[in-house]
Amino acid sequence: MSTMQAVKAVLGTPFHARTSALCRTNLWGRWAGYTAAEVYTEVELEYFAIRNAATLCDISPMIKYRIAGTDAVACLNRIMTRDVAKLAPGRVGYAVWCDGAGKVLDDGTLFRLGEDSFQLCAQERHLEWLLDSARGYDVSVEDQSEAIAALALQGPTSCEVLKAFGLAGIEQLKPYAHQSYESVIGSLMVSRTGFTGDLGYELWVRPEQAEALWDRLVEAGRLYGITPVGTRALDLARIEAGFIMTGADFVAAAHALRHSRGRSPFELGLGRLVDFDKGHFNGRRALLEEQRSGARYCLVGLDVAGNKPAAGALLYHGRKTEVGQITSAMWSPTCKANLAIATLRRPYGETVTENLWTEIYVDKELKWERVKARCKVVPRPFFDPPRRRATPPLAF
Amino acid sequence: MAGHYDIIVIGAGHNGLTCAAYLARAGRRVLVLEAAGQIGGAAVTSELAPGFRVSTCAHILHMLHPRVVRELGLKGAGLDYAARDLPTVALDAEGRHLTFTGDGIAAQDTEALSEADRAAWPDFRARLLRFAAALRPMLAEVPPRLGTKHGGDTLALGKLGWRLRRLGAEDLREFLRIAGINVADLLEENFESELLMGAMAFDAVLGTRLGPRSPGSLLSLLYRLTGRTAGGPARLALPKGGMGAVTTALARTAKAAGTEIRTDCPVARILVAGDRAAGVQLESGEEIKAGLVISNADPQRTFLELLGPRHLDTDFLRRVRNIRMRGTVAKLNLALDGLPRFTGLEGAALGGRLVIAPDLGYLERAFDHAKYGEAPQAPALEITIPSLHDPGLAPEGQHVLSANVIYAPYDLKAGWDAAREGFAEQAIAAIAQYAPDLRQYIVAGQLLTPLDLEREFRLTGGHWHHGELALDQLLMLRPVPGAAQYATPLPGLYLCGAGAHPGGGVMGAAGMNAARQVLAKEAA
Repeated sequence: MSTMQAVKAVLGTPFHARTSALCRTNLWGRWAGYTAAEVYTEVELEYFAIRNAATLCDISPMIKYRIAGTDAVACLNRIMTRDVAKLAPGRVGYAVWCDGAGKVLDDGTLFRLGEDSFQLCAQERHLEWLLDSARGYDVSVEDQSEAIAALALQGPTSCEVLKAFGLAGIEQLKPYAHQSYESVIGSLMVSRTGFTGDLGYELWVRPEQAEALWDRLVEAGRLYGITPVGTRALDLARIEAGFIMTGADFVAAAHALRHSRGRSPFELGLGRLVDFDKGHFNGRRALLEEQRSGARYCLVGLDVAGNKPAAGALLYHGRKTEVGQITSAMWSPTCKANLAIATLRRPYGETVTENLWTEIYVDKELKWERVKARCKVVPRPFFDPPRRRATPPLAF
Repeated sequence: MAGHYDIIVIGAGHNGLTCAAYLARAGRRVLVLEAAGQIGGAAVTSELAPGFRVSTCAHILHMLHPRVVRELGLKGAGLDYAARDLPTVALDAEGRHLTFTGDGIAAQDTEALSEADRAAWPDFRARLLRFAAALRPMLAEVPPRLGTKHGGDTLALGKLGWRLRRLGAEDLREFLRIAGINVADLLEENFESELLMGAMAFDAVLGTRLGPRSPGSLLSLLYRLTGRTAGGPARLALPKGGMGAVTTALARTAKAAGTEIRTDCPVARILVAGDRAAGVQLESGEEIKAGLVISNADPQRTFLELLGPRHLDTDFLRRVRNIRMRGTVAKLNLALDGLPRFTGLEGAALGGRLVIAPDLGYLERAFDHAKYGEAPQAPALEITIPSLHDPGLAPEGQHVLSANVIYAPYDLKAGWDAAREGFAEQAIAAIAQYAPDLRQYIVAGQLLTPLDLEREFRLTGGHWHHGELALDQLLMLRPVPGAAQYATPLPGLYLCGAGAHPGGGVMGAAGMNAARQVLAKEAA
């Protein structure tokens, strides 16, 4: 008897055998063509594990590119808004890149692997854009998304886990640095980076190393409360960390159907990543013009009164004038605050920060109630523990 | 002050010279740099054989903008016509030719042209000319930008809309109906004479990568009809001394206004300082500084080679790389030691523009080959014998024959260097079907394929017009959004060539408009 079989349109990552065995909820989301566990057990448990122990999150679906060649710095400098030449080998930098209109195509992390070699990690696919941008430069661009499996090990005990795993000298690795280590599963690259705003690492291996890495880390982390976490808990941690996310807090310019939806780095609060002095880069002229004429929007962190998460809520000035919208929001158990990331029409949120209100709709057993809550503009990150930067991290 | 310029114009083609002349007259110090040994670009006359001179590339003047002629005083600068109101003769193998004169049409008998066609012609022609007249003012205007709140853009768009609206409901409806369709459909709606339709369709597709049944081929015909030179709309003329006379007159005007012109000076790259065009570096290594650089080179050459991708945004470069500009026309020039006899063609008609495109299917089949990178088995041609009007072009009693041959696809699979001779032979054979004694008079010949045009005249893709003249590459889309108002994304760099609005043909409007835009936007 034959059974019908579909060609899988969504793939499992190199960790799938492990993650699927542990996923009690069987709640999976799609991430760049892969299944990613949204929740293994309970979001809250996983969230608290991120803040109090060590957690494993499969980030293999992340899009990864290798950009290498004698013109790698020049080529990346024409793509990125920041000065890539200032990123030293062994360092990781946060970067955004724009289209010609100065609207952000994506944000990501740029690993300088060597003098002429980089790894770019992104949310969206950009191979064509990178290849087109690389024309005229002595540089190669390769999609490494399938060639590299990645695991985020995040939380206050994460360094201890890596020590137990056997990475000699890992405690000396500084924030936003990366290095290769020898281990029981062979050599691997470790970066002190992550999406949680806490002490944490990301581990980069070949797909065939993936399962062994997972097993060895789980074994090494037994005493340190190691817990697999899904994308939902990770999203809570990233809001506390104040990180914006493509597709959540802004629409990637290449995906925006309404051309006014695109956002410049200035409009995303990332003006510090724009370096006008390094020569031409994509969007430079448009951004200079924007700097002259003024951005349309600003992106801010908000402390919302009360405890009702204000996701998607509209913002008002003086309870009447609509001035913006909340894009990410959560009640933060760690900060004991009702946090939000919001986009406002300038000058609201920038020079006009008083008298901002939001309107939250609350479902009380199918009875919707409207809550008007006052909002205060606060600096990001909302959660910024000293352990995030301490080198060596505090031992447990 | 010698050696110090406000503006460098790259390329001494007709648009570069026009632009330079306007700017010099406005008091700017202009230097024109020409890569070739002579000025003129593709509007040149050259010696084909001792004693024989011919318009090397462009050979019929039908679009030279009257404002350019008037404002720059080209007649005073030596521009004269050897012939005006050149008739077009649609050649028939049996000698039953059709002759288009001005707005009329003539044939020997009803077998060549039916009564119905004869009756339909005046209205058909008049209507196309009305449409062309509505579009004509745009030739001399800077195209509006879309999506701005700038008053000038809104006004320009409004003017375009108003001109079309003024056609009246019936004409406007018809214009909107046909603007995007193919010329063959429209011809078949109106006529039955294959010869008439073939000749009309030839005009629509000449210089484009379209067949008569390709969408948009009607628009290309309208574009051609917007031309107004030598005294009327859609008239054909031969400049005395060949096409080089036009650029010679332009150069004379430009020089008289103080423009300096240097030939044999190929530009290697455009210099950039502080995100602004700062001058050029010649292939010789010499650097020449200027506050503004205006390129008469085609947009791909300008942006991808002379400026280079590093100064431009990736999405802009994508648009530039995607400009459709693969040429399809070869130029055949023959030196003849006698006048060939075309069957059934007498007297003045021989001096007209002779078209070999006997029917729509003939043209479409020729195009089919080009589509697949092949040379057609039976090419279509446009032939002139300019020495009949301009005896100075050849020794007494002898002649030059100048012909455009389609389709000659730039990207010929067999490779042009291998196929050139065979193609020339086919073109001559095609003419010989109508002029059987042609071969005995040929003393010298030259075939310029699109590849030759690219090599010798620096036309990327060998495309006459620096890019197809089609809906997606016209007006505010020409050459690409972001550079369609002559200014480019790089401050201080402008375009003035056929790649910019309103496009090619020896018209000079792009150069004129570019100069006007530069004067409006850049303080002296």
